[in-house]
Parts: sequence; structure tokens; C-alpha cells
Amino acid sequence: MADLETFRADTRAWLEANCPEEMRKPMKAAGDVQWGGRNREFSSDEQRIWLERMSEKGWTVPTWPEDCGGAALSNAEAKVLKQEMRALNCRTPLMSFGIMMLGPVVLEYGTEAQKREFLPPIARGEIRWCQGYSEPGAGSDLASLQCRAARDGDEYVVNGQKFWTSEAHLSDWIFCLVRSNPKASKHDGISFLLIDMDDPGVEATPIELISGASMFCQTFFDDVRVPVSNRIGDEDAGWTIAKKLLQHEREMLSDPAGGGSPTGARKRGTLADDARKSLGAAEGPLPDADLRDRIARVELDQLCYNATLRRSADGAKAGRGVGPETSMFKLYLSELNKRKSDLRVRVRGVNGLGWSGDSFARDDLAATREWLNSKAESIAGGTSEIQRNIIAKRVLGLPD
Amino acid sequence: MSLVLTEEQELLRDTARDFVQENFPVKAFRELRDARDPDGFDRKRWAELCELGWAGIPFDEAYGGAGLGYAELGVVLEELGRTLAATPLLATVALGGGAVALAGNETQKKEILSEVCAGKRLLALAFQETLHFSPGVVETTAVADAGAFRLTGTKRFVLDGHIAHTLIVSAKSEKGVGLFLVDAGAEGLTIERTNNVDSRNAATVTLAGAPAQALGDPARGGQVLEVVLDQGAIALSAEMLGGIQESFDRTLIYLKERDQFGAKIGSFQALKHRAADWFCEVELARSIVLQALRAVDTGGDDVAKLASAAKARSSDVYLHSGEEGVQLFGGIGMTDEEDIGLYLKRARVAELTLGDGGYHRDRYATLEGY
Ligand SMILES: Cc1cc2nc3c(=O)[nH]c(=O)nc-3n(C[C@H](O)[C@H](O)[C@H](O)COP(=O)(O)OP(=O)(O)OC[C@H]3O[C@@H](n4cnc5c(N)ncnc54)[C@H](O)[C@@H]3O)c2cc1C
Repeated sequence: MADLETFRADTRAWLEANCPEEMRKPMKAAGDVQWGGRNREFSSDEQRIWLERMSEKGWTVPTWPEDCGGAALSNAEAKVLKQEMRALNCRTPLMSFGIMMLGPVVLEYGTEAQKREFLPPIARGEIRWCQGYSEPGAGSDLASLQCRAARDGDEYVVNGQKFWTSEAHLSDWIFCLVRSNPKASKHDGISFLLIDMDDPGVEATPIELISGASMFCQTFFDDVRVPVSNRIGDEDAGWTIAKKLLQHEREMLSDPAGGGSPTGARKRGTLADDARKSLGAAEGPLPDADLRDRIARVELDQLCYNATLRRSADGAKAGRGVGPETSMFKLYLSELNKRKSDLRVRVRGVNGLGWSGDSFARDDLAATREWLNSKAESIAGGTSEIQRNIIAKRVLGLPD
Repeated sequence: MSLVLTEEQELLRDTARDFVQENFPVKAFRELRDARDPDGFDRKRWAELCELGWAGIPFDEAYGGAGLGYAELGVVLEELGRTLAATPLLATVALGGGAVALAGNETQKKEILSEVCAGKRLLALAFQETLHFSPGVVETTAVADAGAFRLTGTKRFVLDGHIAHTLIVSAKSEKGVGLFLVDAGAEGLTIERTNNVDSRNAATVTLAGAPAQALGDPARGGQVLEVVLDQGAIALSAEMLGGIQESFDRTLIYLKERDQFGAKIGSFQALKHRAADWFCEVELARSIVLQALRAVDTGGDDVAKLASAAKARSSDVYLHSGEEGVQLFGGIGMTDEEDIGLYLKRARVAELTLGDGGYHRDRYATLEGY
């Protein structure tokens, strides 16, 4: 414990000396979140310096081993680091699918050579990863995926299509579920492959969403040759890894602080303040009783949700493991976030109805787009209906 | 403070569960109801419960208490809530005892709390005057009379009012709102038990110049009352959590047992999804109740907000649990013989006791400044 307190003091001193002032202010624009990658751009010098210093220290992935780009911190130390960063309002220097999703499964299932090849560039923010799971015909029923990887000596030849690949057009590599054995049953013929998006035959084309944004792609594979050494785990044994990664994804999606969700950071600012402004109401109870009750509901729901996360963490600390409950967190938080995004538009009155142009404030326009984007929360990473299925089966033990 | 039970608390829970299942099963509650028992609770079992020290859980050892806290009181109340046990614990310990501990002078605390801890005195807090929970409304008057007071007014829905030895009554004197001790046998006092849908205990109390002593400083009663009601709402939420969990657990078992269309009804997706959503609500209720109980013990400045958060949640979720339970049991859920309906009835009354969801959301918004 004494060691931990020394670590805390050292950490605070280091952060105070090394985190630039600018990086201690709340994020304002989407560009303030650094996702890394070959073509990364920094919104400021401070952002670049902050990432360099943190990755130098191994603190972008603090619990990873040192030869994988981490600092080999214990979970307790990593928590202290997180607390100290929060205390000083330090921004997360780097956010990525590589850190949150791929890294943990490479650490668990990868060979030593794979760990040393793939993990350090993730830690330094040099390579950006995207997720090639879904296909046009395989969404909720992911295991029915068809993208084919045919073995040819030391290589696989990959042909097929992935759908909904978030940010594929900005990513350098993709982790893919592919069908390596079409004869096996659907869960048993899947392998987990890492593919360089620069390889000949890979193409990603953006799809426009209801919010007007294009953060998703269709990704096509046309005779792409991938070395067998880029396979994580055994051939045809990718489904276990795939599921494990989905658990990490759900954990990320259920972190109320925003976790991997770049919009999380922007979701502050109080609904009540916005309502008061747009209603032109003086102090005292908001004059719109229904709106006021809706605001209180989401705030109380958030409070209860946070308490549940805390209870789960306390339970884990006391040796009571976290398991399929992550589905509960994902289900509850995505539905709650949708209601919040809805309210954020609602409190603005007709100012919440803008699509573009100077007649609307930027915050108002962002709220409208965010409302539309929020609808994806209960679809991505396994829909709410799928989470309910998982809870019913795995947590409640209800029969098939 | 951790939001999971410590080893000692787990031990207490296990002991409590065994004791409650043995001495206060739902069957015992039915017997009280069917016998139209004039007390509405079992004095012999209550004495045994007090021997375990439960009536003294949150009170100082100086008064014969256990010197524990709301975290522990909550553990016990939850177990009692699971079997719908009718005991004076909430009214005597959390509400009445809480008021004495917070407002009483040393002599009063010594006299009253030591008898409470020993199981010798029952209390009731008589504060509510309106049909809808609105504790700020106090029309009852307290007129100074030879070093004491005389109280006049009507109090509704006084939990355990008909069995209490001492009533703690809120009333207005010229110094403001105060809390006053009224003896159950006092002249000018009429207590009429009301027969409520949950078959638990409440009474209407009428005071016509009833003699009373000020509990502590008669100018500070309003402030104290607010704190006591928050602690009471948190304690009640713990009892409700027990009912919520029990009605959920019982329904889940039924979903796995009952066959229709050649399959367990729990295999139907429409019911699975309802169960999954319900499960989330139960877990969220548990988290906020545990957090609120611990906040009382650490004495943080967020107790009021957490009290409203916990009571709003448990009110809504308990009623929902009763309703889902009855619906998913089908026709059998409508019968008096099946227990699930008893939880629905208790949920209805507990919802309105110490403020329902609407009241507490309104209060939360006010505390948050909107
Ligand atoms: C914002 C966003 C980001 C995404 N990012 C990625 C990514 O980076 N990589 C990636 O691989 N994929 C990604 N996806 C895809 C996502 O995982 C799928 O959209 C999701 O799994 C649902 O699949 P689907 O769209 O084919 O819908 P379908 O599976 O066709 O579902 C349609 C409807 O049917 C319901 N349904 C389906 N099966 C059942 C069932 N058994 N019981 C009850 N209801 C059912 C669903 O809940 C839904 O309401 C992303 C999606 C979104 C919206």
C-alpha cells in the first residue's frame, strides 16, 4: 500500500510536469480525440507532445508488458494513474480499437512474435485498426459470415465483403473474421486474421448515414494475399477469440466516461441549463414540468447506472468476477444515451431542428446530428435485442 | 465505502435470512392478516428479533445499541422485505428512533433509545397531514402550557401508530416547526388503525389538546424531520429491495417451470426480453439502495439526493415488479392463494410511503437547482 502511495505521488508529479496545459482542458471538437494511425493529424503541437510523452512512458497502454509498448503496471497502479489523470483533467492521449479491442486478445492469444510486431505500434499510435466483423448477410447472426480465406501454402487468399466497418477509410489495418473452412459447422470454420489495408485488393468505400456523417465503410477483399503468420490463434478456432473481443468492446461501450466513444467527451454540459436558456426561464423550477421530469429521470438513471458500475468494480475487487453482466451495462447505457440525446434536442425547442447553415448555433446543430448518431448505440456492438437474449440465457438461465 | 457486502455483513445477511425464513415466512404474514390480528404483528417473534439486537443496530452502544450503521440495518430490512414480514422495525428504529437520536436531548436519548434497543418501547413518527406526501405542510399546533405543550391536529398514515408506546409528532409552535413526544395513553389523543391494502400497519392520529414534551429544541424540528425522512426513505428502500428481488426471483422460477405450447414459457422471447429488462432494473435498484445506505453512515452531503434517487427507484421498480409478476404468473397470479399478488399490494403502499417516484424526482430536480 505504501508503494502504491509512492507511485501515486510520483505519477502526479510526472503528470504535472509533463501534461501540457492545453491537454488539461475539456475536449471541444471531434478532432481533439487522437485516434493515431499512419495518416494521423494533430490538432495542436500539445496534442502531439502529450501523445509522445505518454507513449514513451508506456502509459497509453499502462498494463501491457514493456516489450509490447506498455509499462507493465499492475491493475491497482493503472487505476491510480487513471485517478490522477482525472484529478488533473488530463485528456486521454490516445484512443483506439487497437488499445481497447485488438490488444487484449493479441496479448491473450497471440504468439510472442505477434505481440512484438503488432502491439508497440498500437501503443505509440502509429497504426490505426478497424474491425471487420459484420457483413451484409451477417450482423446479429455474426457466425454466418461468408468472407472466405482459402489456404494457399503460407498464405490465405481472402475474397468477400465486410460491412459497417467503422472508420475503415481512415484505418491502416483491419482485424477480420474470415471463413477458413466452409465445410465445418458455422462456429467452427472461422479464423481471426490481421490484414494490412494497403495490400492490393483491399478497398473501403464510405457509406452515408442518417446523421449525414460517413464513418462507416463497405470493405471489399479481392484476392488479397495474407501471410498465415497474421492469423491469431489456431486455424478455424477464431470464434472464441471473436467473442472475447466482443466482450472487450462491450466494456468499452459501457464506460460512462465515454471510454472509446469519441462523443462521450462531448456529452457534458447540463440539460437543465440548456432547457432554462431556451425556455427563457428565470431561477426556480423549470416551467415545463414534463421536460423537468424527463431531465430528472435521465439524471437519476445515470446515477443508478454509475452506482451499478461501481458495485461491479467493487465486486471484482472482492473477487466476485464480472461476466455476462457486461451485456446489462451495454444494454442499459445505450438505451439511456439514446434518451439523453433525444432530450438534448428536445430542450432546445425549434433550435434543435437545424440541419446546417448559420441560422443555427454549432452546439444546436451538433445536438441534432448527435441525436441521429445515438440511434446506432443500440445497434452497434450487438443490438439491444441481442443483449437481452444474452442476459436471458447466460445470466438468468432461461431455456432455449 | 465499497458497494458490496463486507464479510461481517455477509454473515449478518446469512443469519438474518435464516432467522427471517424461519420466523417470519410469508405464511406467518398471511396468518396475521387472516386472523385480523388487532396488533398486526407478532409480539413474541418481535421480542426474539430484538434479542438478536436488530432494534439497536444503528444506535450507540451507550444506549444499548450495536453501534453499527444503515448498511447493516439495510441488510436486515432487505431480508424482512423478502418475506413481507410485518415488524415495527422501520417505524420504531429508522423513523421514531432516528428522530430521537437526531433531535433528542441526552436524557431523552438515554431513556427512549435504551428501551427501543431492549425491545421494550415502540415508536411512531406522526408527521403526514395531506393525502399526498408533502412533509412541509404542518397545520398541527403546539401551544406552550406550563413548561410543556398541548397539541391539536390530525395526522394520517402514521406507520405503526396504533401499537406505539410513544408518538413523535410534528407541530407548529410560535418557535416554528418542532417535534414532540406524546404518550400513547395521553388524554385528548385518538388513534384509529386503518386497514390498508397491504395488510400492514398504519393509523390515523387525532390530537385534541394532547399533552406533549418537546423532543430536543422545538425550533429545530423542521430541519431534523427532513433528515429523518431521508434516512427513513433509504431504510424503506432497503425493505422494498427485498420485495423487488423476491418477486423477481419467484417469477423467474415460474418462467422455468410453467409449460405452455409444449415449452417452458421462459423460452418465449417476448418474456425473455421482459425478464432481461426487469433484471437490469433490479440491479440498478440494488446499487442505488446500497449507495444510499452507505451515504447515511459516512454522513456525506449527498444523503438527500441519494435518498430521493433510491426512493424514486425502488418505488417505480417495486410496483413494476408486482405488475410484471402478476402478469407473468397469468391467471394464477390473480388468486389470493399465490403469493405474488401480496408483493403487488405491498409495492403499492410502499410506493406512497415517504414519497413516490414523482415526488422524489421533483425533489431531486429542486436539489439540483432546476
Ligand atoms: C455505429 C455502428 C458501428 C459499427 N461498427 C462496426 C464495425 O466497426 N465493425 C463491424 O464489423 N461491424 C460494425 N457495425 C455493425 C453492427 O455490429 C451490426 O449492425 C449489428 O451487429 C446488427 O447487425 P445488422 O445491422 O445486420 O442487423 P440485423 O442483425 O439484421 O438486425 C435487424 C433487427 O433484428 C433484430 N434481431 C436480429 N436477430 C435477433 C434475434 N435473434 N432476436 C431478436 N431480435 C433480433 C435486431 O435487434 C435488429 O433490431 C456497426 C454498426 C453501427 C450501427
